[in-house]
Amino acid sequence: MTLDQGLVRQLTRRLLGVVPTLLLLITVVFFLVRVAPGGPFDTEKALPPEIQANLEAKYHLDEPLLQQYFRYLGQILVLDFGPSFQYKDWTVNELIAQGFPVSLTIGGVAMLLGFVFGVGIGVGAALRQNSAADFTTMGFAMLGVSIPNFVVAPVLILLFAVYAGWLPAGGWDWSWRSAVLPVVTLALPVIAYIARLMRGSMIEVLHSNFIRTARAKGLPERQVILRHALKPALLPVISYMGPATAALITGSVVVERIFSIPGLGSYFVQGALNRDYTLVMGVVLFYGVLIIALNVVVDLLYSILNPKIAYEEL
Amino acid sequence: MSVLLEVNGLDVRFETPEGEVHAVRGLNFSLQPGETLAIVGESGSGKSQAMLAILGLLAENGAATGQARFKGEDLMAMTPQELNRHRGRDIAMIFQDPMTSLNPYLSIERQMIEVAMHHQGLGRREARTHAIEMLRAVRIPDPETRIRQYPHEFSGGMRQRIMIAIGLLCEPDVLIADEPTTALDVTVQSQLAALVDEVVARSNMAAILITHDLGVVAGMSDRVLVMYAGEVVEYGTVEQIYAQPLHPYTRGLIDSVPRLDREDHEALHAIPGNPPNMLALPPGCSFRERCAHAFEACAEAPELSEPGEGRLKRCHLEKAP
Ligand SMILES: Nc1ncnc2c1ncn2[C@@H]1O[C@H](COP(=O)(O)OP(=O)(O)OP(=O)(O)O)[C@@H](O)[C@H]1O
Ligand code: SF4
Ligand SMILES: [Mg+2]
Repeated sequence: MTLDQGLVRQLTRRLLGVVPTLLLLITVVFFLVRVAPGGPFDTEKALPPEIQANLEAKYHLDEPLLQQYFRYLGQILVLDFGPSFQYKDWTVNELIAQGFPVSLTIGGVAMLLGFVFGVGIGVGAALRQNSAADFTTMGFAMLGVSIPNFVVAPVLILLFAVYAGWLPAGGWDWSWRSAVLPVVTLALPVIAYIARLMRGSMIEVLHSNFIRTARAKGLPERQVILRHALKPALLPVISYMGPATAALITGSVVVERIFSIPGLGSYFVQGALNRDYTLVMGVVLFYGVLIIALNVVVDLLYSILNPKIAYEEL
Repeated sequence: MSVLLEVNGLDVRFETPEGEVHAVRGLNFSLQPGETLAIVGESGSGKSQAMLAILGLLAENGAATGQARFKGEDLMAMTPQELNRHRGRDIAMIFQDPMTSLNPYLSIERQMIEVAMHHQGLGRREARTHAIEMLRAVRIPDPETRIRQYPHEFSGGMRQRIMIAIGLLCEPDVLIADEPTTALDVTVQSQLAALVDEVVARSNMAAILITHDLGVVAGMSDRVLVMYAGEVVEYGTVEQIYAQPLHPYTRGLIDSVPRLDREDHEALHAIPGNPPNMLALPPGCSFRERCAHAFEACAEAPELSEPGEGRLKRCHLEKAP
């Protein structure tokens, strides 16, 4: 059997395995949003009862809960998240289509930067283990991991928008200038985290017997690192990146709020505050599907990188 | 003939949380072109670390001093870049752990052709042909197909054969073969020893064979160096060592060789006791606690003496034990 056939089979099996997970997710989300106090049409001023009843009838909120649940399942089957309760005239699908590209762009670029710089810094530190440069970079990485976004973002805005005036303090117009600060805010902790992860795994791999064999062959150090050590050292980073990428590209709630970016994260907050059931459920499910999909991607990458796993799966 | 490899005053020390381990203590030996030297000793006697030190491959907590002149040039004074001109090309080492010494993430082909491409300047295709030849020489069946496989698809014995093939790629002047003592069963071990013997004899390279078992080296080597607790305790030709061992430890090793002409070929005569703790070596002769011949003088550590032409021993006894 060829490797490709094996991969296809593995992929199919994984995707089928995902169905029960999704069903569970839908069920939990559906009932959780409804358990939360308050409803979509609660406002400061109580609506006249007949209008309230009309609205509830329109969105089927007057039906028994179980009936609503199965109605929702039926919709999901045809990939329809239903109308938003709050954004009149918008479906949840349209809102996601609106917000996701923005979050995907910011999060995707941030992840890419995180990977490239994180791996580079991590490898560099591992090769200079316990030197001053190693301690300094790892000190910064520790800071990067522990300082929260809501502290980093205002500091960046103050420095680069308010004082220097080089970049806008917020807003989104698909220009690179409006992307820089949010991307950097998101990327910094990822760089820091991956650098620490990469340093640790690289140091561990460099102690293996097979690295000693590579050195005994008289190969230049570059080849020892790039050909023999990098691949195994990357594995922990790859598994971290699956869920981390899902979280980043679906929009950081905090960062999108601070920079007033109309991404998925902003819609999610609005949806939650307004008890916009369908919007909240839609975004959560979308996020869930992304996490699952990215985990499948990670597993595939794993089996490509690790011949032993590929072999056992076949 | 001129000396190929000459090791002088080699010391290897490891820093550990429990203190310093002085694993190799003042090792001297020399190797002539085409000669086969066996280094024999129990587990922990410093055989492997001595070889690793010569090739600059010690663990990070280890440090070596002394000299190792290869064709007159001191390997131990070389930078890693300078060493890389010799490692894998003039001096190849086969490690003792077949299960972990090959890279599990790369195919056998990748791990073989990189050596030939780097040292011999071969192209990918030629290097591959050459690698397949070497696999055939170590009797890997169907090498054209199997070269594409990964280490986990081979048994321990097969992996060790692959290690030998990698060692042979550049026809080194010196092949250092560290015998796998764990992970493989006895039959496979002796097949591998015979294979090393065969390739060494065929190519007329010099070799250092590392083993626990004096029985293995009898037919395969010219000289024997016996190590105990990091030191040379006896040195001589195979004939001399077998005919008249001068050190009680060597005597013990010979008696512990399983012999086919005896009923009890189960190594019943293993030397009693254990090697000393390398973290706290006792004063005096390091073999004293296990030695049946120990006497007052042994409270003083014996020097290496030259009881005859080309022989060395480290023992206070006047007569052979
Ligand atoms: N990295 C290390 N740190 C501390 N001590 C070490 C280290 N590596 C080896 N040693 C010690 O050095 C001594 C010699 O080890 P060495 O590997 O040379 O033994 P050996 O003679 O090859 O034994 P074996 O036959 O089991 O392979 C042992 O006591 C071992 O515990
Ligand atoms: S010096 Fe003494 S204790 Fe040591 S081996 Fe010789 S006789 Fe035995
Ligand atoms: Mg050893």
